[in-house]
Amino acid sequence: MPLISLRDVTKSYPPSQRGGPVVNAVEGVNLDIDAGDIYGIIGYSGAGKSTLVRLINALEQASSGSIVVDGDEVTTMKEGELRRLRLGIGMVFQQFNLFNSKTVAGNVAYPLEVAKTKRADIAPRVAELLDFVGLADKARNYPEQLSGGQKQRVGIARALATSPRILLADEATSALDPETTHEVLDLLTRVNTEFGVTIVVITHEMDVIQTLATKVAVMDGGRIVEQGDVFDVFSKPTEASSRRFVSTVVRGVPSGAELVALRQRHPGRIVTFSFRDGNTSQGPVFLALAEAGVAFELIYGGINDIQGRVFGHLTLALTADGDAIDRALAAISPQVDVTEAPNHG
Amino acid sequence: MDDLIPLLPKLWQASYETLYIVGLSLLFGGIGGLILGLGLYTTRSNSLFANRPVFGVLNVLVNVFRPIPFIIFLAAAQPLARFVTGTGIGNTAIIFTLSLAAAFGISRIVEQNLLTVQPGVIEAARSVGASRSRIMLTLLIPEALGPLILGYTFIVVALVDMSAVAGYVGGGGLGTFAIQYGYRQFHPVVTWAAVLVIIVIVQLVQFLGNYLARKALRR
Repeated sequence: MPLISLRDVTKSYPPSQRGGPVVNAVEGVNLDIDAGDIYGIIGYSGAGKSTLVRLINALEQASSGSIVVDGDEVTTMKEGELRRLRLGIGMVFQQFNLFNSKTVAGNVAYPLEVAKTKRADIAPRVAELLDFVGLADKARNYPEQLSGGQKQRVGIARALATSPRILLADEATSALDPETTHEVLDLLTRVNTEFGVTIVVITHEMDVIQTLATKVAVMDGGRIVEQGDVFDVFSKPTEASSRRFVSTVVRGVPSGAELVALRQRHPGRIVTFSFRDGNTSQGPVFLALAEAGVAFELIYGGINDIQGRVFGHLTLALTADGDAIDRALAAISPQVDVTEAPNHG
Repeated sequence: MDDLIPLLPKLWQASYETLYIVGLSLLFGGIGGLILGLGLYTTRSNSLFANRPVFGVLNVLVNVFRPIPFIIFLAAAQPLARFVTGTGIGNTAIIFTLSLAAAFGISRIVEQNLLTVQPGVIEAARSVGASRSRIMLTLLIPEALGPLILGYTFIVVALVDMSAVAGYVGGGGLGTFAIQYGYRQFHPVVTWAAVLVIIVIVQLVQFLGNYLARKALRR
């Protein structure tokens, strides 16, 4: 049974103006998240992903549908039950949302105080958590004395204080620079592997999904338009919005202005070879081209590694006499996807 | 100066009475204003205890009473003062009315300063399972403490100002002293002596407020 299960979940807001349309932030969402997953939810701002994640710990109430977390139906819970539920679900935020009136240690201790942890047990637990996130020396500092990355590590320590089974990360790295982003992503990976915490990551950055997630759902207009293993969605995106996200980290088949520019610089036929199933190697492709006497030049594309599986798109400019190119492509096409750019692109 | 020296004991007595009136009004009005301000803040939409009718009632209540000039309010509220405290005149009556008026003013200052707390901070506390009343008491007030202290400092200065009309209902203090012994007796030096004491009180209060706010804000 999945740890988190959403069935036909909709969240609508009353119209902002009298007589206006009801706004469906989340619409008809079905989602299953298994224990131990790092589940990425990607979408542009306004796609409804922040609302969706808040439905899981009931910071927002679903308008209809069923949300089951760890076997319990969330949508019918009363305030007291919700508070117990939230003790088992940590959350980190884009803007960190640390308590400025409390020290770093005070921030991490707060959920423990809420959980009525024995006073004597709080200090050792706080020390343990700060040690885990590498901020043991900052316990007595205040949030404003920390850098962005440090603040988010405190946020993670606070979210983990009560040993939750689930961690919700709402754009946890969006306010951070690239280097700090990777520190925080590494930390989240450790949270998953060392403590077995199931993580739901909300982001608009495909890079975050590529580095961290095992499964991904693409959201657009309040709906989940595509979901599955990260590798599958990256290598064979079917929806337009998924393709746009994938194209931010993976160069696909050139088109439009890019293709025109390539054509101006390179004579010959422009062909893209797509390596999609994770274990086809590039060797036979180049061997077939060489055997047919085709001169080739790599002009566009890239190869990516997702969880140890390789995929990518390589675009080559091919020149040869006679039908050598056709013969070579005929030999290659059973093994990899071949897309030839139209002559007048 | 010769006019002033025999009146000095009365000046010190008046100073003491001003501090007494302002101090107790700050205590009662401060607590009342804090409760009213928390009510305004927490019942507005999307807040902890969002409740449109309650917010509407509180909002109108504050808007009705806050703009009434204090000297008129003093007269208008006299029956209420008599009902609650047993007397409509003297320092007790003025402390009651001043506390009431201050509570309405303070409520807005409390509301404004609580609004400066980032909603995300409240959300973070809810996300760890904190109850709404716990958030209000252990988080909301500490997070806004610096600006709240400055707001209360502002109110103390306003209370000194408002307490000056205590004489109209038979109360004492520096206002009464300045009018009775300075203005009515044609002794401007005596009036100015009262002004000087008020300036010193206000400076000390502001200094203390700034100091405490700096400590709360750690800067």
